[in-house]
Amino acid sequence: MPSLLKPLLAVFLLALPAAARAGTVTIKGSDTMVILGQRWAEAFMKKNPAIKVQVTGGGSGVGLAALQNGTTDIAMSSREMKKAEADKLKARYKAPPAQRSVAKDGVTFYVHQGNPVGALTTEQLMKIYVGDISNWKQVGGADAPIVAYSRENSSGTYVFVKDMVLDGEDFAPAIQTLPGTAAVVNAVSKEKNSLGYGGAAYAEGVKELKVKKGNEDIAPSADNIKSGKYPLARDLFFYLRAEPTGDLKTFIDFALSPEGQAIVTQVGYFPVK
Amino acid sequence: MEQGLTRAVAAPRLSAAARRRQLREKAVAGFITLMAFTGIAALVLIIVFVAKEALTLFTDADARHEASLSKMFLAQEGRYPFRWQPVSDTPKVSMIPLFVGTLKITLVSMLVAVPMGVFSALFVAEFAPRRLRELLKPVIELLAGIPSVVLGFFALMVLSPMVKDLFHLDRPLNGTLAGLALALAIVPVIFTVSEDALTAVPRSYREASLALGATLWETAWKVVLPAAAPGILAACVLGFGRAIGETMIVLMASGNADIVSWNLGDSARSLSATIAAEMGEVVVGSPHYALLFFIGVELFIFTFVLNMAASAWTKKVLQRLTGSAS
Repeated sequence: MPSLLKPLLAVFLLALPAAARAGTVTIKGSDTMVILGQRWAEAFMKKNPAIKVQVTGGGSGVGLAALQNGTTDIAMSSREMKKAEADKLKARYKAPPAQRSVAKDGVTFYVHQGNPVGALTTEQLMKIYVGDISNWKQVGGADAPIVAYSRENSSGTYVFVKDMVLDGEDFAPAIQTLPGTAAVVNAVSKEKNSLGYGGAAYAEGVKELKVKKGNEDIAPSADNIKSGKYPLARDLFFYLRAEPTGDLKTFIDFALSPEGQAIVTQVGYFPVK
Repeated sequence: MEQGLTRAVAAPRLSAAARRRQLREKAVAGFITLMAFTGIAALVLIIVFVAKEALTLFTDADARHEASLSKMFLAQEGRYPFRWQPVSDTPKVSMIPLFVGTLKITLVSMLVAVPMGVFSALFVAEFAPRRLRELLKPVIELLAGIPSVVLGFFALMVLSPMVKDLFHLDRPLNGTLAGLALALAIVPVIFTVSEDALTAVPRSYREASLALGATLWETAWKVVLPAAAPGILAACVLGFGRAIGETMIVLMASGNADIVSWNLGDSARSLSATIAAEMGEVVVGSPHYALLFFIGVELFIFTFVLNMAASAWTKKVLQRLTGSAS
């Protein structure tokens, strides 16, 4: 038995570094994108068994920092790279960093179907969620208290709303939080004075609020999100130290392919193409 | 006589079969002891692990700055003195809203579940005809088998509009709803243990009471119930422990707003639901992560102290009942 094991072990040990060399792509960054990244990696590795893709989260800032330190090949980021970060990368690697928009993320606000309010400005939404507005009357609705729902602070959507709508401010203490967008949708569909938010794909049995911008009410439709017209949408990015080549290019091409973009839709985001 | 005492007693010779049996006996005893200690060791290790993860709060400079004890327990400056907003530019980590929320929900559930559980146990043990008892007991005990996530879902979908209309509340998800749904989970616990305690009261007590001319109700209320008091207290403590630690029901039904208000119609955020909601995505090793473990330690301390107090009180009651002063 040992005589049989030895050569096996030797082969295995020899193969190990070779396998590692054969191509490992590491991806790190935004927690919003971790699941998307993992789905891509799974599907990609099924098609290209020779290339190994490792995906970890930590946050957009963590991913971009890791890109500078050289500990990751691709940084996932739900915000655009800051100029200071880009300059550092350029100085260190003598090439401008490459940016790829790989998906779009948007958030929709929901109200009960019987609610006469059809559109709110982002400013009104902010005031509601920080606690300055607490009655529908103040935004053109009926005289009733606003029952506002939010997501748990572990959710990417929570951070999105906090960044994009509340400008980084804290949610008011009276804002209720629910685990999962489905729970929010359900609660909103039942309670006529309620307001909640989540991904657009979930909106069933509730009314999607349009966002008022100037004189126009913009609906959170896929077209408006894709074109960037809907204000509560953002790009999700891949950042690299240089223009992708080799395995990196294969992976990114896959992510942007129709198959990769179909995964984007499955995960609940919007495709860029 | 003396000779007989000092003489070594020869061990009786065992047959081979008897020796084998003895050996087997020892092996079984050893195995059972090992199992018992594995259980205890696992418990101790869990506590050690939880405490160790929470310890970062006090050893790590970053964490000490972000979540000092004063930030956790004292009023902070700003628009709201007590906030639980650990994911923020300036994290706010007050435990006060969580304490208030937990107590509020637990209080409601105990107010409903204790009388319901104890009285249904009293009814089943003392008054119900045999047929009815054999129907009621398993049905109530079956309630204990409903997974709490199902109860939570039931509260969210079915109970919430009913409770809202009944009490004329603004919010469908609130402390009252969570407390009521929680009561559904702890009534069977209180019922089962109380019923056992009541049935264990000796028949002679009842017979003596009835022979003295007491009615059935007087016997149940003034004789059987006090005699079963320690067991009933144990039932309530078990129920309380379940209520304070219950997660899914509270997470789904309480609204989880970190609001400091004793109004039962307002939302509430409990300690256990906070752990459940936030642990999934928290960065391992961050102050927030340590904080969640610290909440776990607090929950453990609560139930531990409560159990100690209850067992001390039970001892006192037992002494008074049995009349033994020592």
